[in-house]
Amino acid sequence: MQIGKRIRLGLRRRRWYIRAIRKRRDLRRIRLRGARISSATNVVIAVARNEHVRLPYFLRYYRDLGIEHFLFIDNGSEDESVAYLSEQPDCSVWSTDASYRGARFGLDWVNWLARRYCLGRWVLHVDVDEFFVFPFCDTRPIRALTDWLDGSDIRSFGTMLIDMYPKGPVGEATYEAGQNPFEVASWFDSGNYTITRNWECKSLWIQGGPRARVFFRDDPSRSPALNKVPLVKWRRGTVFASSTHNVLPRGLNLVFDDLGGEKACGVLLHAKFLNTLGDRAKDEAVRAEHYAGGREYQAYAEGLESSPELWSNWSERYINWRQLEILGLMSKGNWA
Amino acid sequence: MSLGFVMLCHEALDRAAQVARHWSERGCPIVIHVDARASAHDYDAFREALSDRDNILFCRRFRCEWGRFSLVQSAQAASEMMLKNFPDVRHVFLASGSCLPLRPVDELVCYLGAHAQTDFIESATTKDVPWTTGGLDRERFTLRFPFSWKRQRRLFDGYVRLQRRLNLRRRIPEGVTPHMGSQWWCLTRETLEAILSHPRRTEFDRYFARVWIPDESYFQSLVRLVSDRVESRSLTLSKFDFQGKPHVFYDDHLQLLRRSDCFVARKAWPRAERLYAAFLSGEHDAANRAEPHPGKIDRIFSKATERRTSGRAGLYMTGRFPRKNHDNRLTAARYVVFEGFGDLFAGFPDWVQRSAGLRAHGHLFAPERAEFAGGLPVFSGALSDNARLRDYNPEMFLTNLIWNTRGERQSFLFGPRDTPAPGRFFPRDPNADVFCVTGAWAVPLFTSKRPFTDLRAEAARLQKIENAHLADLRNPATKARVRIWTMADLVENPAEPLRTVSEEASLTVAQNPAEVPKMVDLTGFGAFLQQLRNAGMHPYLIGDFPGDPPNGTSP
Repeated sequence: MQIGKRIRLGLRRRRWYIRAIRKRRDLRRIRLRGARISSATNVVIAVARNEHVRLPYFLRYYRDLGIEHFLFIDNGSEDESVAYLSEQPDCSVWSTDASYRGARFGLDWVNWLARRYCLGRWVLHVDVDEFFVFPFCDTRPIRALTDWLDGSDIRSFGTMLIDMYPKGPVGEATYEAGQNPFEVASWFDSGNYTITRNWECKSLWIQGGPRARVFFRDDPSRSPALNKVPLVKWRRGTVFASSTHNVLPRGLNLVFDDLGGEKACGVLLHAKFLNTLGDRAKDEAVRAEHYAGGREYQAYAEGLESSPELWSNWSERYINWRQLEILGLMSKGNWA
Repeated sequence: MSLGFVMLCHEALDRAAQVARHWSERGCPIVIHVDARASAHDYDAFREALSDRDNILFCRRFRCEWGRFSLVQSAQAASEMMLKNFPDVRHVFLASGSCLPLRPVDELVCYLGAHAQTDFIESATTKDVPWTTGGLDRERFTLRFPFSWKRQRRLFDGYVRLQRRLNLRRRIPEGVTPHMGSQWWCLTRETLEAILSHPRRTEFDRYFARVWIPDESYFQSLVRLVSDRVESRSLTLSKFDFQGKPHVFYDDHLQLLRRSDCFVARKAWPRAERLYAAFLSGEHDAANRAEPHPGKIDRIFSKATERRTSGRAGLYMTGRFPRKNHDNRLTAARYVVFEGFGDLFAGFPDWVQRSAGLRAHGHLFAPERAEFAGGLPVFSGALSDNARLRDYNPEMFLTNLIWNTRGERQSFLFGPRDTPAPGRFFPRDPNADVFCVTGAWAVPLFTSKRPFTDLRAEAARLQKIENAHLADLRNPATKARVRIWTMADLVENPAEPLRTVSEEASLTVAQNPAEVPKMVDLTGFGAFLQQLRNAGMHPYLIGDFPGDPPNGTSP
């Protein structure tokens, strides 16, 4: 590794760190439950916009995993999200009308809250349509995982984002508040992911899945990255660099073994392809507040016009984490 | 006959208190050592919680650090206290605060009663076992280790290197043969007394104070001096991962632990409510005299270690991405590549599927689309036949295909028209069987009705590509099993190569192929080749094809 590159990465990390501190002014505190945060060992930080319909199940899912506290940043919701969240005993809520894009797609806010409230804790940063699955998650709480990671001197935990989709046209998969989205979108692609190594960030770059297969088949290089490191033991100076795809310092991205072994890793199930996507894709394509000018949403909006079907004969139906481990999408590593 | 427990506690003192109370209420005296690094508040609460038990004593506290002599000191101090204060204790059991009793203590007492003179301590000479992780085995005893591995890693490593370079060796005390083994033992009173009041104890202590990880070697070595009834195994079920850290037991191990018939397990996750509730409840089955048999648990944990160190072959995912040339197992299962056969024989994949029982694809890497068997647009694992998607990462397309279809052997056609990248990949793969007919790309050119000038240019291009690919196949570093025939040889005598193919590619025991695939009509092919030669394009890869089509090429 050349010195120049190291210095550049170091500067980039510092720039984002300082930027996060500066962007704290965007956030307006709605509800802070400081005592609950300080007694927690693992917290979820999420940014939400008009996600009221998804929140009840999101909270239930992560409470069942054993998450002790939630930090929500509400980005100008027009529904009842804020009121709903402030009532929850384990949620702290901030609100902002500032630009999502201007805050590097919300990352600056997340970095700030993690820096301010979560030093020394395990931070799980997910979107409200992402559901974390780790080995033994049906029998062991997330505290067992983080204790094990602590005991093994591991500071981050890698996952892959798996897009879940319904059988039949996406627009016809009706989702209702409180419902498990994977009752509707219960299918996924099990083995069409491509991986290359990103040496600069020491991470893997994973692409593929139904999004590449259907929306980006003519230009696969533009299909979204699926590698994520959502669970990080937060220290002063840690920052999420580009979504949770990369974390800095770079060592946190070394969630894989490159000598042939398997490190323990998990999966984020992505409940994006539901009937809620259609309107949202149009909305977001116009708003252009998302990554790369919302081009992903443009592709969806165009694709969804023709009411696509993501399902194929070879799609797998989701059962549990053991199925994903057998399919090779996640691994227990040496956790037994 | 009585059994005493020495408990070394570091953290999760509430659980340690629960276990201590469990044993103490069943009549076993206990001496507890609490790490001096535990906070005064926790320590006081711990003592307070056990203050009503008069058979529980607390010994002098040492600051314990992993890998250092302080762990031995704490065990010594607590054992001395045990021997002094509880004269009717016959066996002393060393346990940690995170140990969990799996069987009723009466059964353990019974078991020890039946083995009254036996010392249960795992003790093996360093020469004979590959237990150590990290490379220091014999050197644990011959180098000095004054620095902490946890806090002073650089000094630790540097000092080891320095001693190696200067060839410094320590003298091992006269008569002591270094032995190692699990830190958790159960010794008889006589043996323990003999070790603790050994006339040369100061000498031993001075020596072991600079040994690396003495808690795994102090008692294990000295017991060989004073006892002749050593049963070299630990009564504590304790498994270590590939880094030497103990595996942790969770609620979902409950049945496994129950069936192991071990007496004590280490270590339990402090929040494993169900485990503690189940094993400390006091209720248990009728008297059980089974020997401990931790085999099943052993298997689970050694599998975990194997998974962590060597992983599943041919799998590329979030947690496993071997560097190039670092893992030879490029793919998950064996597969077959046919080069040229598809051009020479009509319907060749169908023939392969019938005669060898393989899943036979067409040209998977054809420029137009991936020709999956049966012409499917999507195949196993939701692989798409889209050529752009495939060519975005053709090697991973192939590794994915092989991974997704493990259990069913795959074959596909490959040729110089196809995306070239896999042609550099599968020769490196020991899972690949490659059957190659050189020069067969000329046959589709011959049967096509394109203008001759196009054909000449295309033939030159394909021959160049194939020649480069053949260099890969013939490279000494090639790992695939490769068979190469020239087209001329094959046309001369097709039966023998086809038998080889169906024998070697087949999964089942080869039977004589009932039928032979139909060869393309080659009448006039010799003249076509001559035409190419006349145009200055010498098709050398085809071999010495006769000027006129030989008789009886179509079988």
